[in-house]
Amino acid sequence: MNLLRRREDLVCRQVAELVNDYLENVLPRTERKRFERHLAGCPNCAAYLEQIRTTIATIGRLTPDDFNPEVSQEFTELYRAWRNEGPALADEPG
Amino acid sequence: MESDTELLVALRAGDERAFVTLVNRYQGSLLRVARTFVPSDAVAEEVVQDTWMGVVRGINRFEGRSSFKTWLFRILVNRARTSGVREHRHLSVDPTVPAVSPDRFDRSGAWAEPIIPWESDVDDRLLAESWGPALRSAVDTLPGLQREVVLLRDIEGLPAENVCAVLDISEGNQRVLLHRGRTKLRTVLAAELQARGKS
Repeated sequence: MNLLRRREDLVCRQVAELVNDYLENVLPRTERKRFERHLAGCPNCAAYLEQIRTTIATIGRLTPDDFNPEVSQEFTELYRAWRNEGPALADEPG
Repeated sequence: MESDTELLVALRAGDERAFVTLVNRYQGSLLRVARTFVPSDAVAEEVVQDTWMGVVRGINRFEGRSSFKTWLFRILVNRARTSGVREHRHLSVDPTVPAVSPDRFDRSGAWAEPIIPWESDVDDRLLAESWGPALRSAVDTLPGLQREVVLLRDIEGLPAENVCAVLDISEGNQRVLLHRGRTKLRTVLAAELQARGKS
């Protein structure tokens, strides 16, 4: 039983490839348990997981480049032109 | 700030100010995603302008089954594809290729070097402020689909299923691409922290 369990245990290399599936909550239940069992006994992987979490949060704080307000006028004019042309035929359905 | 839904109601009523507000809200995001498909900023701008035209002309057919944002990106990606630009949709994504370099592990599969936790006072807000430019350029150098997935998931905040719909990729590929992108960006942040003596 011990041997079997040991064979089933994940190694760090595997954990590193599963971190995002873990965070996405898409690991099957048994896989999730193996992942968490490894994490509980491995400070390196626990630190790695935290770093990935911080990375995701940091990416999420990047904002699209500020949009140059000078084009507002241009878009107002485009809008008027497009509206007057009427709807296109087949386009993307909602 | 007015919600997209409020702006759409106004736009349906012909309010051009609502249109300009939406343009201001999404232009940067659209350009960034468009740029992953096309070879130049100029072509990206054309694709984005085309997208806004699609919005104005299709607004009455938008039924709100998806969010406005998903609809918008869907139009953008369709426009980008019909511009006869770089096509990488059907590249196969091999899920067995590891995202983390095998050099990082010893023969038993354990980390060869310890992972030193980032300082607890390094919060993501500070990171984004200090290293936003480095991270942004790292995002810009991710390969096409990885970049699109990271942009739409982690910057635009679309749910996984909407990203699959917008980019027309499978859920499995979406996950692999997201994993690879995030793994690379972690490496960039780690290098930045180390270079500045904070690691």
